[in-house]
Amino acid sequence: MKNGDVFRQRLKVRHIKEGVHRNLMLLATLTGIVVLTVLIIDILRDSAGWLDWQFITSYPSRHPAEAGLLSALFGTLWIMVLTALFSLPIGIGTAIYLEEYAPDNRLQRIIQTNINNLAGVPSIVYGLLGLSFFVQALALGRSILAGALTLTLMSLPVIIIAAQEAIRSVPEGHRLGAYALGATQWQVVRNIVLPTALPGILTGTILAMSRAIGEAAPVIAISALVYLTFIPSTPLDRFTVLPIQIFNWVSRPQEDFQHLAAAGIIVLLLVLLSMNAAAIILRNRYQKRTEE
Amino acid sequence: MGLEHSLETTASQSPLSLRRRNQSRFREAVIQQLLTLCALVSIFTTIGIVAMLIWQSAGFFSKVSPLEFFTGTKWTPLFQPQHFGILPLVAGTLLTAGIAILIALPIGLASAVYLSEYARDKVRRVVKPSLEILAGIPTVVYGYFALTFVTPVLRNVFPNMIVFNALSAGLVMGVMIIPMVSSLSEDAMVAVPRSLRDAAYGLGATRLEVATRVVIPAAVSGIVSACIMALSRAVGETMIVAIAAGSTPKLTLNPLESIQTMTAYIVQISLGETPHGTVEYYTIFAVALLLFAMTMLMNLFSQWFVRRYREKY
Repeated sequence: MKNGDVFRQRLKVRHIKEGVHRNLMLLATLTGIVVLTVLIIDILRDSAGWLDWQFITSYPSRHPAEAGLLSALFGTLWIMVLTALFSLPIGIGTAIYLEEYAPDNRLQRIIQTNINNLAGVPSIVYGLLGLSFFVQALALGRSILAGALTLTLMSLPVIIIAAQEAIRSVPEGHRLGAYALGATQWQVVRNIVLPTALPGILTGTILAMSRAIGEAAPVIAISALVYLTFIPSTPLDRFTVLPIQIFNWVSRPQEDFQHLAAAGIIVLLLVLLSMNAAAIILRNRYQKRTEE
Repeated sequence: MGLEHSLETTASQSPLSLRRRNQSRFREAVIQQLLTLCALVSIFTTIGIVAMLIWQSAGFFSKVSPLEFFTGTKWTPLFQPQHFGILPLVAGTLLTAGIAILIALPIGLASAVYLSEYARDKVRRVVKPSLEILAGIPTVVYGYFALTFVTPVLRNVFPNMIVFNALSAGLVMGVMIIPMVSSLSEDAMVAVPRSLRDAAYGLGATRLEVATRVVIPAAVSGIVSACIMALSRAVGETMIVAIAAGSTPKLTLNPLESIQTMTAYIVQISLGETPHGTVEYYTIFAVALLLFAMTMLMNLFSQWFVRRYREKY
C-alpha cells in the first residue's frame, strides 16, 4: 500500500516534469519564428518613408535623402545571372558524374569528401581565393566576372550536394527500363534521369543562388568598397552588390544612413523572396507536367 | 525475292548503322570526359585554396616569425610599433562563436526533440519552412539587426556595455545557427528506430524520458557532429561580427567589450587602402590560413566522429 503511494507520488512528479519540458521545448521551437518576426518588424519600421521609387532609381550619394541603390541592384542582377550560368552546368555535371558515371573507387570517395569539406569553408576564404586567382593572377581586375567566378566556386558544393540528392531519388527501375530498350548511358541520363531529377536540382540551385546573392564577405574581398555611379555594362566592369551597399550604409554613424540600410535590406529580401517564389512555381509546374 | 531484297538492304545499311554506333560511342566517351572534368573543378578548388593560402602567407612568414604569430598577445599591424600576435583575434573569434553555440545548442536541441518526438504534422509543416527562412537570411541583415536592435536593448540591461560588443554579435549569430543545429540533430533523432522508443514506452516511460534517455543517447553522434559543424560555421561567419562586434583586437573574454574576430580583420583590410606587397597586406592570408585550418579540422572531426560513434541498428 505504501509502495503504491510512493509510485503515485513519483508518477505525478514525472507527469509535471513532462508538461513543463514539453512547453519549454515548444518555446524553443518558436524562438526562431519570434526572432524572425521581430527582425522583420524592426526593419520595416526603420525603413518606413525611405523606400520609394527615387531610392530604387538613384545612385549612392553622400546625402542620404538623394541616395539610392541602382548600381548595387544591377550589380546583383549581373552577378546572379553569370553565377547561375557558370555554376549550373558544372554543378549538375559533377553530380551526374558522381551518381551515374564514377566507379565506386578511391577517386570518387576523395571527390565526395572534398565537396563536403568545401561546403564548410568560410565564404571569406573563397573571397581571398578569388582575389589572388581571378583578380590578380588571371588579371580580371575587380570585375563582375571575377566576382561571379568566385561565387561560382562558393556555390558549387551546395548545388552539387542538392543535385546528387535529386538524382539519387530517381528510381533505379526507370534507368534499367531505358537500358533494356537499348539506350546508351548518356541517353538514359538525358532523357530519364535529368527530367525526373530537375525539380529537385532546380530547388537546390535557387537556394544556392540566393545564398550567393546574400553574401557580402567574398565580394568585399573581390570588389572592395566602391562608389559606383554607373550601371555596369560589360562583365569586365567594376561593380558593387546589394549586401555591400547595405554594409556600407550600416557602418556609417549617421542615423539617416541606418534608414537607408533598412530600406536596402527590404529590397534585398524582396529579390531573395521572388527568387524563392520562382523556384516554387517552376517546381510545381514541372512536377505537374511529368505527372501527366 | 522478298527475302533477298531485305537481305540486300540490311547489307547496304550496315555500314551506316555501324558508323552511327561509332559516332554514338565517341559521343558517350566525350561526355564522360566532360563530366569528369566538371568533377575535377572541386578538386582544383581545394588545391587552389591551400596553395593560395600557403603561397601568400609565405610572404608574411618571411618577415614575421611563426612563434610571434602564434603566441603574441598583441595584434597591431596597422600602427607603430607593429605587433603580429594572432591570439587577440583568436580570442575574439572563440568568444563570439562560444556565445553563439551557448544559445544555439540548448534551443536547437530542444526544438529538434520537439519536432521529432512531440510535434504533429501540422506544426512541423509551419515550423520547418520558417526555420529554413531563418537560415536563408543574409548575414548582413543579421548584422544590421544586432547593431540597431539587439545592442540598444542589451544596453538597457548593461549600461556600461560598448556599442560594438561581442555579446550582441554572438547572440544574433546564435540565432543564425539554430536552424543548422536543429535540423541536423532532428535528422539524427528521426533515424533512431521506432522499436527502441516503443520498448521504452512499454516500460511505462513518459515522452520526456523516452527523448532524454533513449532517443538523445542513440542519436548522440549526429548531435555532436551537428554542434561542431555549427561551431565551425560560427567561427567562419563574417558580416555579423564585422558590423556589430567592433574592430579592436583585444585578448579578453568579457563579452561586453569591443573585440575583433579573424574574419572581421580580413574584411577591415580588404576595405582599406593597404598596398599590395606590404606585410600588412599579407597578414590577411596568414589569418585566413589559420581560419581555414580551424574550420577544416572541425569539419573533418565532425565527419570522423559521426562515422566512429554511429550506433548501428
